[in-house]
Amino acid sequence: MELRKSYFADVRKDDLHEIGQPRPRSDSPGHVTGKTAYFADRNFPGMLHLKMVRSPHHHARIRSIDTSEAEKHPGVVKVLTAKDVPHNVYTILTLIQIGPEDETVLADGKVRWKGEAVVAVLAETERAAQEAAAKVKVDYEVLPAVFDMEEALKPGSPLVNEYHGHNYYSYDSGACRKVRFGDVEAGFAEADHVLEQSYQSSPIEHAPTETTGCVVAPEGNDRFTCYTNTQAMFFTLDNTSIILQMPGSKLHFVGGTVGGGFGGKVDVIVEPIAVLGAKLTGRPVSFIYSREEEMQISSPRAAEKVVIKDGVMKDGRIIARKVTGYTDAGAYSRHSPYGAQKGAGHYPGPYTIPNVWIDTYCVYTNRTPSSAMRGFGVTIGDFALEVQMDKLARLIGMDPLEFRFINAYRDGDMKAHRQPTEGAALIECMQEASRTANWPVAEKYMAMSSYVKGA
Amino acid sequence: MAIRRGRGVAAINYPTGMNLGGDPTQALVHSTPTGNFMVTLSSVDLGQGMKQIMAQICAETIGVPTDRVVVDTADTDTGPHCMGTFASRGTHRAGNAVIQAAKEARQVMLEVAAEELEVNASDLETDGQGNILVKGAPQKSISIFDVALSAHFKRGRSISGRGMFLIPRSYPEKETGAMKPSTCYAHACTVAEVEVDDETGEVTVLTMKNVFEIGRALNPKMVEQQLVGGSWMGISHALYETTEPYYPNRDHGGTDFNQYLMPGPGDLAETEIIVLERPSADGPYGAKGPGEMCANPQIPAVANAVFDAVGVRIDTLPITPERILRALKAQAAN
Repeated sequence: MELRKSYFADVRKDDLHEIGQPRPRSDSPGHVTGKTAYFADRNFPGMLHLKMVRSPHHHARIRSIDTSEAEKHPGVVKVLTAKDVPHNVYTILTLIQIGPEDETVLADGKVRWKGEAVVAVLAETERAAQEAAAKVKVDYEVLPAVFDMEEALKPGSPLVNEYHGHNYYSYDSGACRKVRFGDVEAGFAEADHVLEQSYQSSPIEHAPTETTGCVVAPEGNDRFTCYTNTQAMFFTLDNTSIILQMPGSKLHFVGGTVGGGFGGKVDVIVEPIAVLGAKLTGRPVSFIYSREEEMQISSPRAAEKVVIKDGVMKDGRIIARKVTGYTDAGAYSRHSPYGAQKGAGHYPGPYTIPNVWIDTYCVYTNRTPSSAMRGFGVTIGDFALEVQMDKLARLIGMDPLEFRFINAYRDGDMKAHRQPTEGAALIECMQEASRTANWPVAEKYMAMSSYVKGA
Repeated sequence: MAIRRGRGVAAINYPTGMNLGGDPTQALVHSTPTGNFMVTLSSVDLGQGMKQIMAQICAETIGVPTDRVVVDTADTDTGPHCMGTFASRGTHRAGNAVIQAAKEARQVMLEVAAEELEVNASDLETDGQGNILVKGAPQKSISIFDVALSAHFKRGRSISGRGMFLIPRSYPEKETGAMKPSTCYAHACTVAEVEVDDETGEVTVLTMKNVFEIGRALNPKMVEQQLVGGSWMGISHALYETTEPYYPNRDHGGTDFNQYLMPGPGDLAETEIIVLERPSADGPYGAKGPGEMCANPQIPAVANAVFDAVGVRIDTLPITPERILRALKAQAAN
């Protein structure tokens, strides 16, 4: 890595003692020698193991659940169903007043995706829990499912989630989050060329080294300590408190050292049911995802579809951009309504365009609920935007890098979501890329700056 | 049939924080009896190195070496509130909270030192080595060790501070979408060079030249590991990864690392990282959040390079050999 100190030298202090120093990380010797304690290193006498019975169907009504054989299985201590969970229907973002509550801790009456948790089995050993889980009999009536976002949005499509009443999230602005800036249709009418293209991604797994999980131990004073690898301690504690209808003062969460997250550990999935198991049995409980669960059950990055229509002039100026974004939330909201909204705030990227029209939808389908992942709401949008930029440049016969200089935002430029640009540095990044990659651009672009006089 | 070479560019920005949900983080800082400093947070270290960065920020602000600072993450019995580790907010939000807490602790420390040295606190400065000196008369000094002993055993003072960083929630305006989704933006421009085998559809990424602008590199070595890792993840997203290869079909999803494809060491491109620093107005020592931004520009840069090499557009991720071959076949048919 090289620090190029010549850029922005006039606005930077370089005389600090500790900041800017390449100090070795204090915790890395523990990590590389295997001495760092992770949550799963906690072991308690009498600890129970929790395994989930999961839906084999994408969408089905639950006619009945028979746990009698599982309960008789040697080593089984407790079997939990929806009726054991005090506040079984929840949503993570309820703490910041984003509803409705739309997801069950354990399925109640219906499953909406293949892999959904239905029954929790607590046993003396992992093997006993696994074997007993296989003995739980669930009678399902399979329902039609929908997997495609466009299908899901059509009238008459199977309804994925009754708590929403339709297969999209309702924002205060309606079925989508809108951004309106300038007059996009007037821009298209004036443009020398108009190009509309669609982009699509597939779900992606975070693939952390350490799988999701927690170990819960009763403290003996009516409190429960939950050793967890959550990325958000109080989000998890407060949601657990709501789900279990238990004062937060009874909960003590310990974490902070996590073997990779990338956004995959911000959902509150394992902790509430593990704490409930510890509460009802009075014994420590371990609930750790297998690698298969991590890959197929834990939230992936959402698949997204992005449709971009641009109006561009022969001289390289983009004068109108219309973006429609679709985020595949799967069966439940989790953080997806937030991600789709963040996407609306991100378009049209780091470019100054006078006429912008954006709609972003959060769509429900019968698949594994998606949620946050590194670059949430932005990564796939950037893929679509930057491939579109390449196509536009070639359409008008311009060098792709020079084309970006013409449109790059600079200090003071008004963005589509009506915030003036501050601290821009795109031009300088592109200038340095031009030099480093030996991709020459015209001298006038190398003379540009993100600073704008009077801004 | 041939191996064809191409290159592609992409430029991006990335927001720090999550103002659309409200974005608080708190920190507490206190001195031990011998003048070491404890930072208490409930922010999570996911392996990105938050503990180390918070130690350096606290040390810089108080005026001691980093190894005099211990960071405690994350215990809800002792740590104050943090929204969590996501949205590229860790260094920026927690760092600002730590600065505020450390400034308050530093002020108490200087007041105790001032009483010991019989001067005004405003006439004191730290040397960054563990001592407090009188400005202009450095021979008149006291160690932070002795200041802490005095505070704890003689003067009954708590050298401690409270820090809070809160961005109030931004509510988007319904009709126009006017909103403030974040505070500062990091930037990047990447140029990818690839080889595409037009017989097998296989893509080899030869070089990945990444320029990142991240406000300030608080610890350049840790920035480097984050940015190199992110660049790898970008290649992985572009060419390999998905849990549903035939989305929206639910079948064929990988269940282990044999089935879920990611590039191995032999697939890693020659990676170059260049960092520019334009300090952000509201960042801790100017830092922005580099964590997420660094995995994004490689994806479109690779897609554009594939087009440059073989003249087909793959607008669906990941860009697999199968998709490239199908596109080449369609191109030949036309």
